[in-house]
Amino acid sequence: MAQIQAQPAPASQERGRLRKAPEHFLDATGVRTVFAEGRQGRRNFIRSAFAAAMAGSAASHAAAQARDTGDGDPAILNLPAHSTGLGQPVATDGYGRPSQYEGNVQRRQSPGLTQTNQASVSFAPLQSLFGIVTPSGLHFERHHQGWWDVDPAQHRLMINGMVKTPKVFTMDEIMRLPSVSRFHFIECGANTAVDWGNVAVPTCQYTHGMLSCSEFTGVPLITLLEHAGADLKAAKFVLAEGADGSSMTRTIPMSLVTSGQVLVAYGQNGEMLRPENGYPLRLVVPGVQGVSWVKYLRRIELGDQPWASKDEAIHYIDLMPDGQHRQYTSIQECKSVITTPSGGQVLLDKGFYNITGLAWSGRGKVKRVDVSVDGGRNWRTARLETPVLDKCLTRFNLDWVWDGKPTIVQSRAMDETGYVQPSYKQLRAVRGTRSIYHNNAIQSWLVQENGEVKNVQIA
Amino acid sequence: MFRLRDTLAAALLAASVALPALAQDKFPGIGRAATPKEVAAWDIDVRPDFKGLPPGKGTVAQGQDIWEERCASCHGFFGESNSVFMPLVGGTTADDVKTGRVATLRRTDYPGRTTLMKVPTVSTLWDYIHRAMPWDKPKSLKPDEVYAVTAFLLNLAHVVPDSFTLSNDNIAEVQQKMPNRNGMTLAHALWPGKDMPGLATQPDIQAKACMSNCGPEPVVTSVLPEHARNNHGNLREQNRTVGAQRGSDTTRPEGWLGDAAGPVKVVGPASHNSPNAAAIALTHKHACTACHNMEGKLVGPSFADIAKKHGGKADYLAEKIKSGGSGLWGEIPMPPQTLPQDDTGAIAAWLAGGAGK
Repeated sequence: MAQIQAQPAPASQERGRLRKAPEHFLDATGVRTVFAEGRQGRRNFIRSAFAAAMAGSAASHAAAQARDTGDGDPAILNLPAHSTGLGQPVATDGYGRPSQYEGNVQRRQSPGLTQTNQASVSFAPLQSLFGIVTPSGLHFERHHQGWWDVDPAQHRLMINGMVKTPKVFTMDEIMRLPSVSRFHFIECGANTAVDWGNVAVPTCQYTHGMLSCSEFTGVPLITLLEHAGADLKAAKFVLAEGADGSSMTRTIPMSLVTSGQVLVAYGQNGEMLRPENGYPLRLVVPGVQGVSWVKYLRRIELGDQPWASKDEAIHYIDLMPDGQHRQYTSIQECKSVITTPSGGQVLLDKGFYNITGLAWSGRGKVKRVDVSVDGGRNWRTARLETPVLDKCLTRFNLDWVWDGKPTIVQSRAMDETGYVQPSYKQLRAVRGTRSIYHNNAIQSWLVQENGEVKNVQIA
Repeated sequence: MFRLRDTLAAALLAASVALPALAQDKFPGIGRAATPKEVAAWDIDVRPDFKGLPPGKGTVAQGQDIWEERCASCHGFFGESNSVFMPLVGGTTADDVKTGRVATLRRTDYPGRTTLMKVPTVSTLWDYIHRAMPWDKPKSLKPDEVYAVTAFLLNLAHVVPDSFTLSNDNIAEVQQKMPNRNGMTLAHALWPGKDMPGLATQPDIQAKACMSNCGPEPVVTSVLPEHARNNHGNLREQNRTVGAQRGSDTTRPEGWLGDAAGPVKVVGPASHNSPNAAAIALTHKHACTACHNMEGKLVGPSFADIAKKHGGKADYLAEKIKSGGSGLWGEIPMPPQTLPQDDTGAIAAWLAGGAGK
C-alpha cells in the first residue's frame, strides 16, 4: 500500500517515483555536449558519404553480389532507410490512416448493380480482412436516398404511439443514460442476392461483402420505452424511422425489444458511428437484416400492428416459386464463407495454406464450421477463433496443404439451434431462384491448377 | 431491533410495489414531453388500416399533371421508367384485380417485377410517395397531391378509372382492388417475434451435416464467362500487395502458377486532397449527382462526357447550369438550377477542365 503513496524520496533513491526517460536528465552542459558530438558525427557522416561516392560502382556491385553468390537476402543484407534514418514525428496525422501499401483494400460498388449512386451499395473487402471486426471506414454501405453528415446538436429522437407521454431526447440526454457495448454482425438481406440463380460476380467482396461486424455502444431501446411509459402489453410492434430523405421505416417485434437486445447506438468500434453508417444515431437489431438497423434514427412509434412500409411490402419481400412473396422476412439465417482463398485471388505456389473465413447466425452463436477441400465429398471441422459471440461474426481457420491439383473449397456453418447452412440445391428446392433476399447457401470456390480461384456453383 | 426490521421490510415491500410506476422517474433530467405539433410534424406514417392517413383527395387528371412535372423524368410518362429506375406499372391484369393475386409472378420467364405487381397495400404507396418522393425533394408533396399521384399511378395500372378521385373516404375500397393484395405469406420462420398470424415454427430448410462420402463427385454448373473476366475492374488491384494470395490480373488472360508473386500496383482511395475534391463535393451538395454520374449515363450525361464535349467552355457550361437545357443529350430536359454563382462557376470550371477525380 505504501508504495503507491506519493512521498518525497531522497535524490539517491528513485524508487516509487516516475522516472523520466534518460534523455530528459541532461542538464544544459550535457545538451551542449550532445549537440557538439552530433555535429562531429554529421561531419563523419559526410566524410563517409564521400568515401562511398568515390567507391560508388563498387558498392552497388557488392549489393548485386549479395544476391548472386548466395550471401543472403538483400532485404536483410542491405539495411533499408527505415533502419538507418530518423522516422516521422508523432501526430503527423491527427487521425491515422492505413499504410500506403494497403490502398487496394477499399469498399467498392459492384458495376451495373444499381442505377444510381445514392440508392446504392458499397461492399466490404472481406477477402482482405482479419478477425471479426470490420474497420469502420471499410464497413459496407447501403443508402436508400444518399447519406448525410447530421449535426448531433440538432438531432432528436422522438418516442410516440402507445406510450403514456410522447418524449423527445437530445443526443446529450441519450449519451447520459446507462450504456452497453456489444459486438454484432450486420448483413444486408440482399447479400449474395446476385448469385441466387447463377454465378454473377467474381469475388467474395461482391458475393458476401454486404456484411460487417462492429462493437456498438448505445442504450437498450427498452430503457427509453419504459422511460416514456410504454404500454408493453398492448404494443406488439415498434416502428423505427430515419431522419434522412428516405425516412426509412421498418417494423420490429416488441418481444425483441423487451429482450434488451435492440439498441439505440451512437458508438461503433470505439468512436462515434461513421456518417455513412448513420451518425449520430442508429438502431441495432441483432440477427436481423441491415435494413432494420435504421440510420439517422429520429423516431420510434409503438403500435399494435405492423406497418407494411415500402421496404416491407415492395422490397425486402422474398418471391417463392408459387408466386407468393414472403413478407416480414427479417432473420439472417446461419451462413459462412471462406474469405481466403476466395474468388479473384491467385495462390502463390503449392504447399501450406491457412484456409480462413467467417461464420454467423441471426439465431445465436455459431456452434461449428466444417470445411471441404474436395467439393463437398468430405468435410473437416475448422478451428473457431475466440471470441464466439451471440449474433456476431466468428472467425474460423483450417490447415490445408495444396497439392497443386484443381479442387473446390467450401465452408458449412451450424448454429447453436442445430440449424445447418444449406447447399444451393437444398435452398432452391424450397425457395426457387427468384427470391433475391436471404441467400445463405454454401459458397464454392474453385482453385485451379494455375492458382487462380473462381466463384463457381456445383451440382 | 425487531420493530426496525419490520419497518425496513415494509419499506422494501412498498418500494418494490411502487417500482413499475417509478420507471419513468428513474432518469431525472433526461428527455421531455413532445408537444402535439412536434408529434404531428414527424408522425407521418400510414398503416395498412389507414391509421395516420390525413384527410384529402386528388383526381387522376391532377395526378397526371403533377406526374409529368415532378415524377416523369425518372419514372417515365407512363410509369414505364426511363431505363434508369425499375418500372412501376405493368405485368398486372384485370383478372388480378379480381383475385388479388398477380398471375405473372408465377412465370419464371417474365423479365422483371414492377411495383404494382408486388405491392399488396395501397397504404404503402401513399406513405412512401408522401415521405420519400420526389427523389431529390422528399416530403415536398402535400397530402392532396399525394392522393392525386397515387390515383394516377393506380389508373396507369388499370386499378381505378380515368375519372377517379381518390380520397380518405374511398381508399379502403381501392385496397380491395389491389392486384397483389392476397399475394403475401407469413408462412416462414424469419420473423424474430411471435405476434403475427401464420408464422412457421421451424426453418423451411432442414439440412444435415454429412462429414464423409457425401453425395456424388462435384460438377461445376455455373462460372463467370471469360468475357466477363474484367467486368469488376482489375481484381489484382482489389487485393493487398502481401499475403498468401494476390488478386488475379484480369486485364490479361490467365497465367501460370507462380506468376502472381510479381509487383502489385496500389491504387489507393480517391485522394481527399485532390484539387478536384471541392468541385466534386459541390456536385453532391447541390444534388447534381441525382441525375449525373462521374462516368456513364444516368438521367443526364456523365460529367466525363460533358467534359469531353465542352472542354474549355467554362462560361458556356455555367450558363447551361443556370438556364437548363433540352434536346442535346436525350429527351429528358435539364431544369434550370439555382446555385450560388461561385458554386456554379466552380462546377463549370471543373467540367471545362476535364472533370477529373
